[in-house]
Amino acid sequence: MTGGPTPLRLALALLGLFPAAAMAADLPSSDPPPGASACSGCHAPAASDGGMAPLDGRPAEDIVASMRGFRSGTLEATVMDRIAKGFTDEETRAIADWYAARGGRDAAAKP
Amino acid sequence: MPRRSRRAVLGSLGGLAAGAAALSLGAPALLAQAPPRVAVVGGGFAGAACAREMKRRDPSLSVMLVEPNARYTACPFSNAVVAGLRELSAQEFGYEGLEKAGITLVRQAALAVEAEARRVRLADGTALGYDRLVLAPGVDMRFDAIPGYDEDAAEAMPHAWKAGAQTLLLRRQLEAMEDGGVVVLSAPANPFRCPPGPYERASLIAHYLKTRKPRSKLILLDAKDAFSKQRLFEAAWAELYPGMIEWVSLSFGGRVTEADPSTRTLVTEFGSHKAQVVNLIPPQRAGRIAEAAGVADRTGWCPIDPVTFESTLVPGVHVIGDAAIAGAMPKSAFAAHAQAKACAGAVLALLGGRPLAEPRLINTCYSLVAPDYGISIAGVYRPSGGLLADIEGAGGTSPRDAPPAFRAREAAYAEAWFRTITGDVFG
Ligand SMILES: Cc1cc2nc3c(=O)[nH]c(=O)nc-3n(C[C@H](O)[C@H](O)[C@H](O)COP(=O)(O)OP(=O)(O)OC[C@H]3O[C@@H](n4cnc5c(N)ncnc54)[C@H](O)[C@@H]3O)c2cc1C
Ligand code: HEC
Repeated sequence: MTGGPTPLRLALALLGLFPAAAMAADLPSSDPPPGASACSGCHAPAASDGGMAPLDGRPAEDIVASMRGFRSGTLEATVMDRIAKGFTDEETRAIADWYAARGGRDAAAKP
Repeated sequence: MPRRSRRAVLGSLGGLAAGAAALSLGAPALLAQAPPRVAVVGGGFAGAACAREMKRRDPSLSVMLVEPNARYTACPFSNAVVAGLRELSAQEFGYEGLEKAGITLVRQAALAVEAEARRVRLADGTALGYDRLVLAPGVDMRFDAIPGYDEDAAEAMPHAWKAGAQTLLLRRQLEAMEDGGVVVLSAPANPFRCPPGPYERASLIAHYLKTRKPRSKLILLDAKDAFSKQRLFEAAWAELYPGMIEWVSLSFGGRVTEADPSTRTLVTEFGSHKAQVVNLIPPQRAGRIAEAAGVADRTGWCPIDPVTFESTLVPGVHVIGDAAIAGAMPKSAFAAHAQAKACAGAVLALLGGRPLAEPRLINTCYSLVAPDYGISIAGVYRPSGGLLADIEGAGGTSPRDAPPAFRAREAAYAEAWFRTITGDVFG
């Protein structure tokens, strides 16, 4: 019972077994790979004034390239250099794929 | 890993109520059976985030959050409240967002845990059954650690280490002090909640004194010889508040051995300090339900498995946030939130009979030295040797030589972090 809005889950929701409010307020998502949920301490799903850029729905290639740049120092950073160095290319790739697949909450809300 | 997770899965199925067993039999059974129940005690950054994440990832789960307070008062940025730079209302959050997400709020204090029966005993005499329990009670001040400093004494010499009335009390005392008065702040030995917190507080109080009471000074009595982000703090103090903050380390008599609230005097190994305002941050331990549940060890904190956050003392009970012994991770709201999400994944895997993933965690503590001057310390962690250990080569502090624009950016990011994390947990 994990994963996105699976057919079973949607069927249950239609049967009224899942409160509709819960579906709307907090969309279920697939299991995040190690480290991905810790990014959400700073990166919110939506952009805000002066806040960190959202990662949801960003092309995986972008995220991987930025992380490489932070690690090597070619991209300027206040904190991402120190964080990016904690992840291998492989781990970063898994995190990037997961965020890319989230594709924004509004898109995911439509069955 | 495979051996461990198999054992954990078998253990969890063995002790579980029918709900979880039904889950492993597949979806059709689920329709007929009650869903697994997870109880979370404590609606702070750790507990509320964990409840939220579990419900987000598996809406069929029954998630109960046990928290006696109607509103949560967040500590991060409460030092700005002390210094008159922010209102306490900006620190307060309700639980409506969690209820809307389908989490059941139980507005009670948990008094005891019957781990064999898998029940939490509540203040009103009722009990709450669970398949897995997450304890996230934060810290309690140790009012038995410093002679003379008990709960009553905290009304004269506030700790302000739990945000709320204590925060406002300290602020009022600073406001009432005449120019030229002395403020004494006392910081405890490790481990304690928010390692850079006392030094951020000293900085922002100095900022208040500099702008409002420039003839005053602050003495920081420390039960340690070194502290978090020390070089950054000391450089900033020399630059922004020259001569205003005097740091007295353990070796120079910084440890407080006795407190006298009637005269606002602190006694140290080397002498005594009488002051107009005394902010005594005492040693701490895990919130008392941890001891009642049997998950705290002799240190007063809770040893855990670094993959599942399950107590190494009581099976079926997970501990996250300040209460846990999380190895290299500090006791911070950021760490509590990261642990909550990792723990949520582990609890779901255990209930569903799925393999456990080895987590990666992050911590970042921002501190304000002045309203537009932020510094940070970061770390990335992985389980190693039964603890959460630093990943070598990652993490560290902000650079020592950075232009004002860099410090200003970190101050702005600190605020953005607070908005993001409180939105994620309570929004
Ligand atoms: C001045 C100050 C500044 C700080 N600044 C920062 C910062 O900038 N960044 C940062 O990351 N961290 C900061 N922190 C640290 C941060 O506040 C804590 O690490 C964080 O609150 C820990 O979260 P928690 O959920 O473990 O505990 P808490 O936030 O304390 O939450 C525990 C909850 O459990 C409830 N509870 C306790 N016992 C029971 C019971 N028996 N039954 C039911 N409910 C119970 C309590 O009511 C409370 O709501 C700061 C702390 C202080 C004091
Ligand atoms: C402590 C807060 C924090 C955490 C945690 C964090 N980030 Fe960041 N991130 C930032 C900040 C701040 C920036 C802007 C660059 C800088 O100043 O470091 C940023 C920038 C980025 C960017 C570039 C965005 C852009 O538009 O150019 C990416 C990609 C990114 N982060 C990915 C991640 C990933 C992946 C994680 C988790 C592994 C993560 N971040 C965790 C704070 C954080």
